[in-house]
Amino acid sequence: MLEQTMSNVKVVEGSEAVALAVKGCRPEVISAYPISPQTHIVEWLARMMANGEMDTEYVRVESEFSAASVISGSSAAGSRSYTASSSQGLLLMTEVLYCSAGMRLPFVITGVNRALSAPITIQIDHQDTISLRDSGVIQFYVESSQEVYDTHIAAFKIAEDPQILLPVMVCMDGWILTHSYERINFIEQEKIDSFLPPFRPANFLDVNNPKAWGSYSEENVLMEFKYSVQQAMQYGKKRITEIFAELARITGRDHGGLIEAYRTEDAEVILLAMGSVVGTIKEAVDELRSIGKKVGLVKIRCYRPFPHEDIWEAIKAAKVVAVMDANFSMGSEGALGMDLKSKLCGMRDTPLVFDFIAGLGGREINVKTVRRIVEKAEEMLNKGLPLSESYWVDLNPEILP
Amino acid sequence: MKITIGGVVKGGTSLAYKTGSWRDQRPLIDLDLCKACGICEEVCPDNSVYAEDEIYYIDYEYCKGCGLCAHECPVDAIEMVLEEK
Ligand code: SF4
Ligand code: SF4
Repeated sequence: MLEQTMSNVKVVEGSEAVALAVKGCRPEVISAYPISPQTHIVEWLARMMANGEMDTEYVRVESEFSAASVISGSSAAGSRSYTASSSQGLLLMTEVLYCSAGMRLPFVITGVNRALSAPITIQIDHQDTISLRDSGVIQFYVESSQEVYDTHIAAFKIAEDPQILLPVMVCMDGWILTHSYERINFIEQEKIDSFLPPFRPANFLDVNNPKAWGSYSEENVLMEFKYSVQQAMQYGKKRITEIFAELARITGRDHGGLIEAYRTEDAEVILLAMGSVVGTIKEAVDELRSIGKKVGLVKIRCYRPFPHEDIWEAIKAAKVVAVMDANFSMGSEGALGMDLKSKLCGMRDTPLVFDFIAGLGGREINVKTVRRIVEKAEEMLNKGLPLSESYWVDLNPEILP
Repeated sequence: MKITIGGVVKGGTSLAYKTGSWRDQRPLIDLDLCKACGICEEVCPDNSVYAEDEIYYIDYEYCKGCGLCAHECPVDAIEMVLEEK
């Protein structure tokens, strides 16, 4: 165990934990536009800058589109860059994020999860960040503020790896994580500095040596460009695991690799989920285990690239996987459910997969909800019900029009 | 030729991309009508109009035939004619 001194432990708001992680990574440019529930993060950063604690250019802009554009430019200029947004703000960034991934610009974004309009709401689910899953942006999801702090520090190193060079988004549930207070272990600045050396990309915008990003390409090369992003994602799985492990050695805190398998050994029913709901699920799994039920959990930490090899190792002996999706692809089903099923299709002796839509728009998920999901999964397993439609947990049919 | 990570290339490579092959309409400047105002040079999206000693020319290696110059010329000195190849 590493020795803990009181000086690096403090109770802080989740948003402040993010801001302190970002500060520790010494970004050269930050550009952001406020939107609930992301606002506190950029307010904390602005405060730190105003207090002279950070040597960073803070560019105020009129929209999220511009925020993403500013950090694309600064990243291409060779500066470590950062932004944060939520919900509609992330949607407004979407065009720039696809371009940035294609141009291989390694900035970091905090994606503070909040549902999408309409109807307008500030309650949370994962629809906003899930809608960016195809963009080429690496996506992590976190359970706690400690994990969000640690993951941001790993995120810059992962983004800037010369074989990866992709934007990285750390997704955290709004309110539940951003606005609650948690005891955080901070990493000493010297340790961050030796873990994360200054950003020195091989290519950067330089008037003395002009280079161009995002030039026109046609049918003879575009497929290869797209494939090279997929190659970076595939390589990323190994590299992300290594970088998480390297950080864990420094901090003494191991949150897992691409996934965390929780009590999955001999489990018949395995829940698959990501985000802050995982804490509740662990509680439910412990309760169910204490009454002899063989239940486990796979928490996804890295959603893109999708870690199906690691998931398979954890679930292959189970009878059923109950996927909890806090998002929905209209006209189809939840994204996690689709991802998992597509990877299992064609394999032999796979567990059944049921997709549960839970927690949309902040709908509460407590231990009882998780127990109901497990019961429902067992019931469907016993009855052999068809798998093609998602099950909407706690849907109230009475109020449907 | 290998592609580069992120498609980063030397600056100025658009010179190698001859957009003139796209053209199906060819702008022709009538120098008798031209007042040398320079509007066509300003509006051309491909930087294909240039002037030497106040005489305006079109660089057909890059002119893609969009017709903006003809549309904007205040004295209708530019005519778009069908490109024949
Ligand atoms: S036709 Fe279009 S591209 Fe050609 S010279 Fe005129 S404005 Fe430029
Ligand atoms: S816009 Fe017309 S008048 Fe003006 S420089 Fe061009 S051709 Fe001549």
